[in-house]
Amino acid sequence: MKNLLLKISDVTMKFGGLIAVNDVCIDIYDQDLVAIIGPNGAGKTTLFNTITGIYTPTKGQVKFCDYQISNYPPHKICDLGIARTFQNIRLFKNLTVLDNLRLGHNTRVKYHLIHALFKTKKYLEEEKKIFEESMELLKLFHLDEKSKFLASNLPYGEQRKLEMARALASKPKLLLLDEPAAGMNPSETKELSDIIKFIRNHFKIAVVLIEHDMNLVMEIAEKIFVLDYGNLIASGSPKEIQSNKRVIEAYLGTEVETL
Amino acid sequence: MDYFLQQFLNIGIFIILCHGLNLINGYCGQFSLGHAGFWGIGAYASAIYTVFNTFQLPPELNMLIAIIVGFISAAIVGLIVGVPTLRLKGDYLAIATLGFGEIVRIIIMNTEFVGGPRGFTGIPNISNIYWVWITAIIVTFFMIRLKSSNTGRSIIAIREDEIAAETMGVNLFKYKLFSFIVGAGIAGIAGSLFAHTQLFLHPSNFTFMWSVIILVMIIFGGLGSITGTIVGATFLTILPELLRFFGEEVAQFRMTIYSLILIIFMLLRPQGLFGTHELKIFKRGLK
Repeated sequence: MKNLLLKISDVTMKFGGLIAVNDVCIDIYDQDLVAIIGPNGAGKTTLFNTITGIYTPTKGQVKFCDYQISNYPPHKICDLGIARTFQNIRLFKNLTVLDNLRLGHNTRVKYHLIHALFKTKKYLEEEKKIFEESMELLKLFHLDEKSKFLASNLPYGEQRKLEMARALASKPKLLLLDEPAAGMNPSETKELSDIIKFIRNHFKIAVVLIEHDMNLVMEIAEKIFVLDYGNLIASGSPKEIQSNKRVIEAYLGTEVETL
Repeated sequence: MDYFLQQFLNIGIFIILCHGLNLINGYCGQFSLGHAGFWGIGAYASAIYTVFNTFQLPPELNMLIAIIVGFISAAIVGLIVGVPTLRLKGDYLAIATLGFGEIVRIIIMNTEFVGGPRGFTGIPNISNIYWVWITAIIVTFFMIRLKSSNTGRSIIAIREDEIAAETMGVNLFKYKLFSFIVGAGIAGIAGSLFAHTQLFLHPSNFTFMWSVIILVMIIFGGLGSITGTIVGATFLTILPELLRFFGEEVAQFRMTIYSLILIIFMLLRPQGLFGTHELKIFKRGLK
């Protein structure tokens, strides 16, 4: 039996009169590969934002490992081991690829500013470790030759990869990917599905992804949660979801009764 | 005082001031317009110390304490101003800090024991060109080391993208406040050096105009660049003086020419002289 990693219980997120997420309960276990799908505006990204602390849920609780994280600020949640990527890539655009990765390490840096000012042994060792780990990660994503490029100069697909690498640099236990395949062509999407599987197997972490590309979702997800208008309408294996009547209704609409 | 020595002194003081503002505006991306206020607080606080203290200390030690007093007083005010205003973003923060700078000036203007509108006189001459330039070099060194540390990277990440920085584990408030306090403190250091080389302080030395001039210097050099800060501060300090030497005609219009040069420069190179780049010597240790 795998350990329970993230427990979302009865989470509701309201913006004024709009209920973006309504009483959603989701459990995510160690090394799960889970997809969250749903039509546009279903509240998927809002759910990610409540998990990572950008929003505080109106009601309900988010529990990660043994911590009650619903009121935690985002930087603390990252520290505990949840990393994410964004739908509209958010890299540090004017920094180099390597510096983007270095920043990913920042929760685990053990030296203080005073060490850096006097270039102590501790600083040098720690920076060397950060450099080596960063280069190793870049190598896994085939970005090591571009480590000195500015992040904004990378092509779109590589920016996506860099964002994932940066998230992994914080050594998370849970990785949230917000529409990783958006704007990718079929061959890039294929590569992406291999990368996601590789991340899960190599780093032994749980991965949750929001995705609209059904081929990708059906191929890699072990479990799927379906959101519609903020409600969780179905969950199960890809097979079950494909034949679920409510899911088909949410995507295609209900049949009109003939008069 | 010798004219050229005076210009050399000014360059040193402006380099220190620009480093402070560059930390707030250039690295952290928080738009502050109250830098002259911190400068003034550092200047007056350190002058109050040297004028009113009754210890029999050697002048070198006195100056060192004056610098520390300048740093701490400006940093404490930076903390008090920073905590409420750093929740604001962009233009709103600029307006709030602008207001702060004016408040400082008006309070000094109405404080009788530091001379009020008559100015503060009788400040001992305990600083000199060596103090100014050694401090400028130390501050530059501090900025170089800061930039290559994790703290510096976190601060720059905030400038690049606040939400991404936050989700990557950067404590936004802590690092914003850090850069604001240290930036203010560095302005305070410049203030204490200024007070003890000029020997006379007047509230009009610390008007809003000076905040803008310091801002222009770092934008001219390139926001977020140490090299740019030094070059910008040096060039824009000597430019209006340099124009005096081209005959009476030019000297008359020197401020107009100065402004024109700025306009043309900004049209041709909006990212500043160096952008965010650095010269090799300031890069050492960044790798």
